[in-house]
Amino acid sequence: MSQDRPTAAELLAAIADFLREEATPVLDKADPRLAFQMRVAVNSLAILEREARLGPAADARETARLARLLGHDGTLADLNRELARQLREGTRDERDAALMEHLEATVADKIAIANPKWR
Amino acid sequence: MSEIVAAALAAACGRHFGAAVGIENLRRESGGASRQTWSFDAVAAGTRQELILRRDPPTVAGGEKASSTSLDRATEFGVLRAAFQGGVRAPEVLFELTAEDGLGDAFVMRRIGGTAIARKLLRDAPYAQARTRIASQLGEIAARIHSVDIVRLPSLARREAADQIASLRATLDTLDQPQPVFELALGWLDRRKPAPATKPVLVHGDYRTGNYLADETGVTAILDWEGAHLGDPIEDLGWLCVKSWRFGAIDRPAGGFGSREQLWQAYERAGGGAVDPARAHWWEVFGTVRWGVICLTQAWRHLSGSVKSMELASIGRRAVETEVDLLQLLKA
Repeated sequence: MSQDRPTAAELLAAIADFLREEATPVLDKADPRLAFQMRVAVNSLAILEREARLGPAADARETARLARLLGHDGTLADLNRELARQLREGTRDERDAALMEHLEATVADKIAIANPKWR
Repeated sequence: MSEIVAAALAAACGRHFGAAVGIENLRRESGGASRQTWSFDAVAAGTRQELILRRDPPTVAGGEKASSTSLDRATEFGVLRAAFQGGVRAPEVLFELTAEDGLGDAFVMRRIGGTAIARKLLRDAPYAQARTRIASQLGEIAARIHSVDIVRLPSLARREAADQIASLRATLDTLDQPQPVFELALGWLDRRKPAPATKPVLVHGDYRTGNYLADETGVTAILDWEGAHLGDPIEDLGWLCVKSWRFGAIDRPAGGFGSREQLWQAYERAGGGAVDPARAHWWEVFGTVRWGVICLTQAWRHLSGSVKSMELASIGRRAVETEVDLLQLLKA
């Protein structure tokens, strides 16, 4: 059953805005250590807002790419476990162009959620 | 808590300075429950000494243990003393506390002026002059660290490239999430690992912006020696250049303050050995994986229930920053 608006992303954005604009300035004066923790919290909420918006499609793309790369279907976790094992054992490495294309795309989707300003 | 610490410090400082000592301005600087740093003044016969207490309180049942690779306080004391005597810009350690003092594994050292806060050093006006010097100073100080006579050191673990790869792989195996990019990078590192150093040297182990103090004149003291070990000197130079330690100043690889070449030239001029750029690159790639794995383990400290911390939990989401950096580095 789908929930009423706001969506998860919309609600997370509203909470983050409130904490950033109204609560943090008060904490800055009252308790700098707590104000720092609040900034960490606000930053994490922003990550969750992007994850709610972008995560499902990114996971679907990653799963589809992994299935192509490994030649069979599976859950995202199982496919990644298999890929990690191949990399540990050295049966794949950075000379595998399809692998590198997959990792570039995966990391691009991950950083777009975790920290889009990172470069 | 601070009354107990003050009373113990008054007694211990009294023994060391041979006079009645008053403890003033005592405050907790940092650290979790297990690894603490306190700042205080010891006043005896009108003379004020500005000091630092480093302590691991007696282990509380169920409390978190320090990581297996970090030094206990007694060994850290010995490393700091040898480094200071070897001319390294490091705090002068004065004395260790005894079991009777009741503060746990602890020692006292002199307090040195300056800030360790990267954001200030990189952006605030008073540090404009310092910014032009720090990269070279860090090269010079690294050369001094690596020339410390290892006979004067307490017993330290030797950790070469191969040991460190194995250690990161073992850590990844304890986390229940597969990490293809880190596995890729560790494989790359494994196939290219440098031969063990012919003569192992004292390696600081956490030589980076954020772990030294600097003032308007530049670096005043190297801190955070808990990761000291014997190994390859270039490890420290590579770690310093990891992109995460540039704190946004990404076009200045040497800790956010200069070029790699500036760092290496200062290192060589100060008597460090010749820096092989390929070896330095290897250690920079290694350092990038290492920081990524540390991000995951910091989050794991929260997830495993050993400490409850939103801040630690959130560091887990920084691991991907190093994945971005690794894919760039491996293309270079």
